[in-house]
Amino acid sequence: MLLIPCPWCGPRDEAEFHYGGQAHVPYPENPASLTDEEWARYLFFRDNPKGPFAERWSHAAGCRRWFNAVRDTSTNELLTVYGAGEPRPQPTEPPSRPAPLPSTGGPAVPSSSARPAFEDEAVQAEGGSGGAAPGGVEGAAPLQDGTGRGGGGETPPTRTPTGGRIDRTTPLTFTFDGIRYQGYRGDTLASALLANGVIQAATSIRLGRPRGIFSAGAEEPNAVVQIEAPFPEPMLPATTVELHDGLVATSLPGQGRLATTPDPARYDAVHAHCDVLVVGAGPAGLAAAAAAATSGARVILADDQPEPGGSLLGTGEHLDWVAATRARLDAAPEVRVLPRTTVFGHYDDNHLLAVERRTAHLGADAPQHVSRERVWRIRARRVVLATGAHERSLAFGDNDRPGVMLASAARTYLHRYAVLPGRHAVVFTTNDTAYAAALDLAAAGVTIAAIVDTRPAPGEWAERARSAGIEVLTGHAVTGTAGGARLTAVTAAPYQAVNATADEPEPIAPQREFAADLLLVSGGWNPVAHLFSQAGGRLRHDETLGTFVPDSCGQAVEAAGAANGTADLAAAFAEGAAAGTRAAEAEGYTTRTPMPALPAVTVQPYTPSMHVFTVPTATAAPRFVDLQRDVTVADLTRATGAGLRSVEHTKRYTTAGTANDQGKTGGVLASGVVAELLGVDLSALGLPTFRPPYTPVSFAALAGRDRGALHDPVRTTALHGWHVEHGALFENVGQWKRPWYYPRGGEDLETAVLRECRAAREGVAFMDASTLGKIDVQGPDAALFLDRLYTNMMSSLKVGMIRYGVMCRLDGMVFDDGTVIRLAPDRFLVTTTTGNAAAVLDWMEEWLQTEWPDLRVHCTSVTEHWATVALVGPRSRAVLGSLAPGLAVANDDFPFMAWRETTVAGIGARVCRISFSGELAYEINVSPWQAVALWEALYEAGAPYGITPYGTETMHVLRAEKGYPIVGQDTDGTVTPQDLGMGWAVSKKKPDFIGKRSYARADTVRPDRGHLVAVLTDDPGAVLPEGTHLVADGELPAPPVPMLGHVTSSYRSAALGRTFALALVKGGRDRIGERLYAPVGDRLLPVTVAGPVLYDPEGARRDG
Amino acid sequence: MADTAPTACRRSPLAGAAPRLAAVTRSSKGALRLAELPFLAQVNVRLDAKSPAADAVGPALGLQLPPDPNTVVHAGEVTAVWLGPDEWLVVGRPGTERELEDRIRAAAGDEPVAVTDVSAQRTTLLVGGPRARDLLAHGCALDLHPRAFGPGRCAQTTLARTQVVLVARDETRAGFWVLVRSSFAGYLADWLLDAAVEYV
Repeated sequence: MLLIPCPWCGPRDEAEFHYGGQAHVPYPENPASLTDEEWARYLFFRDNPKGPFAERWSHAAGCRRWFNAVRDTSTNELLTVYGAGEPRPQPTEPPSRPAPLPSTGGPAVPSSSARPAFEDEAVQAEGGSGGAAPGGVEGAAPLQDGTGRGGGGETPPTRTPTGGRIDRTTPLTFTFDGIRYQGYRGDTLASALLANGVIQAATSIRLGRPRGIFSAGAEEPNAVVQIEAPFPEPMLPATTVELHDGLVATSLPGQGRLATTPDPARYDAVHAHCDVLVVGAGPAGLAAAAAAATSGARVILADDQPEPGGSLLGTGEHLDWVAATRARLDAAPEVRVLPRTTVFGHYDDNHLLAVERRTAHLGADAPQHVSRERVWRIRARRVVLATGAHERSLAFGDNDRPGVMLASAARTYLHRYAVLPGRHAVVFTTNDTAYAAALDLAAAGVTIAAIVDTRPAPGEWAERARSAGIEVLTGHAVTGTAGGARLTAVTAAPYQAVNATADEPEPIAPQREFAADLLLVSGGWNPVAHLFSQAGGRLRHDETLGTFVPDSCGQAVEAAGAANGTADLAAAFAEGAAAGTRAAEAEGYTTRTPMPALPAVTVQPYTPSMHVFTVPTATAAPRFVDLQRDVTVADLTRATGAGLRSVEHTKRYTTAGTANDQGKTGGVLASGVVAELLGVDLSALGLPTFRPPYTPVSFAALAGRDRGALHDPVRTTALHGWHVEHGALFENVGQWKRPWYYPRGGEDLETAVLRECRAAREGVAFMDASTLGKIDVQGPDAALFLDRLYTNMMSSLKVGMIRYGVMCRLDGMVFDDGTVIRLAPDRFLVTTTTGNAAAVLDWMEEWLQTEWPDLRVHCTSVTEHWATVALVGPRSRAVLGSLAPGLAVANDDFPFMAWRETTVAGIGARVCRISFSGELAYEINVSPWQAVALWEALYEAGAPYGITPYGTETMHVLRAEKGYPIVGQDTDGTVTPQDLGMGWAVSKKKPDFIGKRSYARADTVRPDRGHLVAVLTDDPGAVLPEGTHLVADGELPAPPVPMLGHVTSSYRSAALGRTFALALVKGGRDRIGERLYAPVGDRLLPVTVAGPVLYDPEGARRDG
Repeated sequence: MADTAPTACRRSPLAGAAPRLAAVTRSSKGALRLAELPFLAQVNVRLDAKSPAADAVGPALGLQLPPDPNTVVHAGEVTAVWLGPDEWLVVGRPGTERELEDRIRAAAGDEPVAVTDVSAQRTTLLVGGPRARDLLAHGCALDLHPRAFGPGRCAQTTLARTQVVLVARDETRAGFWVLVRSSFAGYLADWLLDAAVEYV
């Protein structure tokens, strides 16, 4: 969310502001002198430049001041703010936003030239040349083509006897696909499944192929499961589900099911602010947070795992340092560590959203009063993104079988979860990092049949592997796999051979086949640059890494460690610490020395990676790029074959990268494949845009507390309790709950409203009118101000009297109406319609602050300072008189449109003689603190006359019988007072008022404008639906049918003994008596146009 | 007018919520203190901050109208809350609204000022206790850390889905005043009670 700097209140969320359009468009000095075209230009035409644009804003939810701002419309950056009425400043430097820090730049590894793009891959793809005779299967022992399902007992235990970060003293029971298993606290569902030998965890969405657990984190594309208990949740990666006792999950065919019952859990949100937000608690993030924390800066460290450590948890290194750093952060007073918290969105002005999973890991033990998930809305001065890197897959034949796994994931399962994901492994890599995984797994007892490395000379790491007795096939690639529910064999062949072009065939080399139940894959690493990119940061293609790394960003954001492309661990620690220090110091804090020590890291050998995306296959075996969407190299080939040249287009054509893993393991791979297919450089092709959320977030979490009764504020009057107790049904008017009608003894709406109307016309009835907007207008220029604002004259109103007024927009269209009470020569009380109270006050403030700052007048809302009761009907005078002994209620003493200060039922009151029904009526205004007392006194005093409470429906009928329009129901922003037949309310005397010039426009003087009239159906019992069109002919002509108007209000009237409607009809006042037709359903109902005042047109009932 | 009737028949907007608010104070063992402060006198004052009226009105109330945005000044039982560059809310003991209005008008003399009794326009919620900031942070986007919003600070902003005037009370432990439009008070009380569930 953008921060807008209010000149008075400082930076506030943009949601507190209202936009007011282009600035410096002054109200013309003499509108009457303008031509229609000039006036239309002022009314309707505004600039729309690309770049800096001066516009008006109001701090509507704050100090209510209008001000001007210059905003760059192409970047949405606010360049400067200045007061209303001040000239636009000369361009200056951008304001208060923290300056971005320079990127710490390049990778810490030596550079080497990138491998050129394969030139002929496209023609060679999918079953092209290069087939080789199969060789014999190599392996220690033939493997069962297993079911991929554990629990059979024939597979050796996959949990190592010691090690890992699981709590072996806390066994947990869980159910997967109907079978009960055991795991430990500290397991994920994925690690527990692997520990139980469950290899197939899902079925693919399109092709129905068996799939296994592919990763150990949020990037998981395959093992997406349905949680059944304790509460149904669809499509959670098993790698992110913390195991708890009683967990029930099922595998999915790619798609989940939403729960059919309401989620009983609580969800909430918290706003948080900090100087430095560090995202990711791996080596770089922990170092950054620790460094910033020494300064006293307010630091938030958020990480998606239950414990800090990041990649170190997976490699098992430096865990003592992790624990010590965690302890130090926990003890620091201004540091907040948020585990189990995924930062999923990075928005304007360093506003980041994160979701914290607070109780799901507790299963049935989750406390009811604690929110299950919490959305953190974090506003950070500076952000350090230490989000690590995702290992990338490779596109080779049948690369999706259960048992194919990212190399780093296998290492994580070993070190963190004490699980061996297989017994006989082949490793396929293009870089050094998979060797450590291979060596660690070998040391733990896994047979590593071979390491297949595409590089011709893998260097020192290959020597280490050979020393450990592992065969290294250099210059080779995995070309295919075999197996069903579980991998059984892996085929490898020389990479140059399989990559040979048709023109230059290499000698066919023998291909090798290895028996294996595990294939570890590493195609390189992608920095997790999602948030950086969402923040507006640019990515740059790094030739050495063969992927995209953060470059520069307009926000105060810095990437550190693997997220910055820094693969070397020692460099990642140092980079994190430096980023944390820089961020704190940029906010004016001084980091203390000595800084917390960083761990000593052994220098590791390094041989540059080779940039490989696809491995040609001799068979028709699919080569998957996006496992979750079942998108293959062949699909991408079709996309480029169809002429698509952009990754944004191939993404949409093939759906690659659109699944709920958002292509974390396959995204860069997809771009790499497309680059190969197009024969262009990956750096030129780029990546599809990263968009929030980084991982799926449940709607329940986003809704938080804003659901059910708290979904939207409910506004109530002081009398609400009485209405509820007396059986009122309510109507929503804006956010207000207003009594709609008060059914008695099973009455329906129609019966109740006829009864309520009859009471108002024949006896006495009363209504809660407290929701009407009320604005106190004070100052020596108050009368002048209201003269400019209303279409009619207000300055001539006498103190003690009331006038009805209409307010229009500049285009002359009705905006609001209400009464104006003159309290004193320099003080008025203005009422507005219920729904428009805030808009009218904003409108007044806008004119006062921006156009007429010289007027000495102020407006203050007093809507809720008064409770208002409308007392209506021929017996209302008697009821009022009995309660207000001090008030002379006779018509001569208290005439229509007068108000009196008096005491009603012992309560100080302002009584107004106004009527919205045509009957004798009063509006009694008292303090809302005493509204119930007044109401109950009226109910009691009126009992002898049968006083009847009535609601909004009856009010609508009563006013419609009199032809009184309701703004917003009978008007729609295209209706002038004259259209409503209220030309009498438009002053001819005043030199100017808002809207006046528009009444001389050609469009507003057309004779065929819509006029408000009544229409009466021939059938006195037929109620026309509101919105019904009116046409001229009794038989519908061929379309288009000319439409003469539409019904705006329609009711059944007790007083008229029939139904009636109000309608806006073209030239309606000239059609009175004319026959029109109303298409209702498949019938054309004949109707007659009538004048809008159907009841008491001579106004005889007003004075009782 | 309100003071012409016996106060016994007055009912504040959150009268019905009082037991539930008190229950939070009790069951949270004081970690949160929630209560309505009903019927406080509230007078809205609009005047030009550079006019003689500005210099006269403050002394009449025994304080200076706070000139700095988003600040409050207390003197005795009167608090002046900055609402805008020409707008303040003067808050006093229940029943003193007429007296406050008269004092302000008298001090301003012939200067153009707008003085409006708005005592019933908003009601006041006390949100106190060590967890007060945590509770408000569930629905308030402002930084309420003592470094940013210490004693003497106020703000008009949004809490949950309604506009409020937030006032930090003098001693940190005394928490906040949350002034809310009376029609929204029931909603806000329900919201606060729901947000407080975690702390009780």
